[in-house]
Amino acid sequence: MPSLKDLRNRIASVKATQKITKAMQMVAAAKLRRAQSAAEAARPYAQRMAAVLGNLASGITVGPETPRLLAGTGSDQVHLLVVCTAERGLCGAFNSSISRLARDHANRLMAEGKTVKIICVGKKGYDILRRQFGQQIIELIDLRSVRQIGFEQGEQIAQKVLNLFDQGAFDVATLFYSQFRSVISQIPTAQQIVPAQIESGAGTTDAVYDYEPDEGEILATLLPRNLTVQIFRALLENAASEQGARMSAMDNATRNAGEMIKKQTMTYNRSRQAMITKELIEIISGAEAL
Amino acid sequence: MATFTFELVSPERVLFSGAVDAVVLPAVEGDMTVLAGHAPMMTSLKTGFLVVTSDPGNGKRILIRGGFADINQNGLTVLAERALPEQELTQEILDHEILTAEMHYDATTDLAAKHAAEAAIAQLREAKAALNY
Repeated sequence: MPSLKDLRNRIASVKATQKITKAMQMVAAAKLRRAQSAAEAARPYAQRMAAVLGNLASGITVGPETPRLLAGTGSDQVHLLVVCTAERGLCGAFNSSISRLARDHANRLMAEGKTVKIICVGKKGYDILRRQFGQQIIELIDLRSVRQIGFEQGEQIAQKVLNLFDQGAFDVATLFYSQFRSVISQIPTAQQIVPAQIESGAGTTDAVYDYEPDEGEILATLLPRNLTVQIFRALLENAASEQGARMSAMDNATRNAGEMIKKQTMTYNRSRQAMITKELIEIISGAEAL
Repeated sequence: MATFTFELVSPERVLFSGAVDAVVLPAVEGDMTVLAGHAPMMTSLKTGFLVVTSDPGNGKRILIRGGFADINQNGLTVLAERALPEQELTQEILDHEILTAEMHYDATTDLAAKHAAEAAIAQLREAKAALNY
């Protein structure tokens, strides 16, 4: 049976924790709003890009002249996984669910005898994946010092991926991130980025296009840019998802702390009353004995 | 004057969306003006000013750093890599842009990329002169 002082201390510490989780929840809510509007503002560009690319690609027949970013290298032996996670924890299952998806994917590929290489964006995913795939991780991209994700970060990561591709370091690249649905629902997603997946028929027109310079050249510059846009979009979605996940995790934590405080206050009051009753009985029985 | 729909989007946001009379694009093979009913075409853009005219004598200038224009029967869509409206431009931003372009020029060994960077620097200097900085 803990003493009254112990109980008081325990209640005080839970209260302090509750204050922290409450504050974190509110910070996450404020950040979420910003991240969400950034993600929404970036959507039109990605959509138009997909439409333009769809238009362009629908008029092209895959041949030896087709850029390899679209047609692929003709093999699928070496896979590159770009795993985007958060830099910080305390956001529920956010990091672990992305990592789990990536891990399952990697395990499946390795069971098929393929080679797997991993680029981690964000420290948390690296920490989780390092244990099992220490050999496969080729790079960790740290975005901790970045306050607001800009297009430059997307460019920087895309440049690394493109350099690796030009060196022939991989055949297929897949991007792992969490898609933001709502505060309570973030969906871990795997998206193939190399060779590019093009939704055909999105905005196809029958009109005959003029190209300036020529079709192939436009496609050759458009494809790397599309890669950048996809990565940028994934980073923004991820940022919004992270804040959403943290907000609901901290909301849960605050509620649990509240329950714990209630329970412990009850125990505290009970034992306090029991002590008073005990003391009274002692006094009364002492008086009766006289 | 007949109008058409024009949309200017940069990766971060939509900068312009609405009906306009004419748009001058800094296309890679020379500036071009797009009017309503233009033939479908797709072109790459270089660094330079994009001029939007929504009513005669009232133009808006926006500095574009590379991108794409897609002209079809639905209108004109410009996907700019970076876009800075004239009123948001300051000397510091321009100087910074010039500096990054110069660094890019020094960093690349590829001849085509060097030419592109050189052209971008020239365009940015021109923009700086045009804005009297």
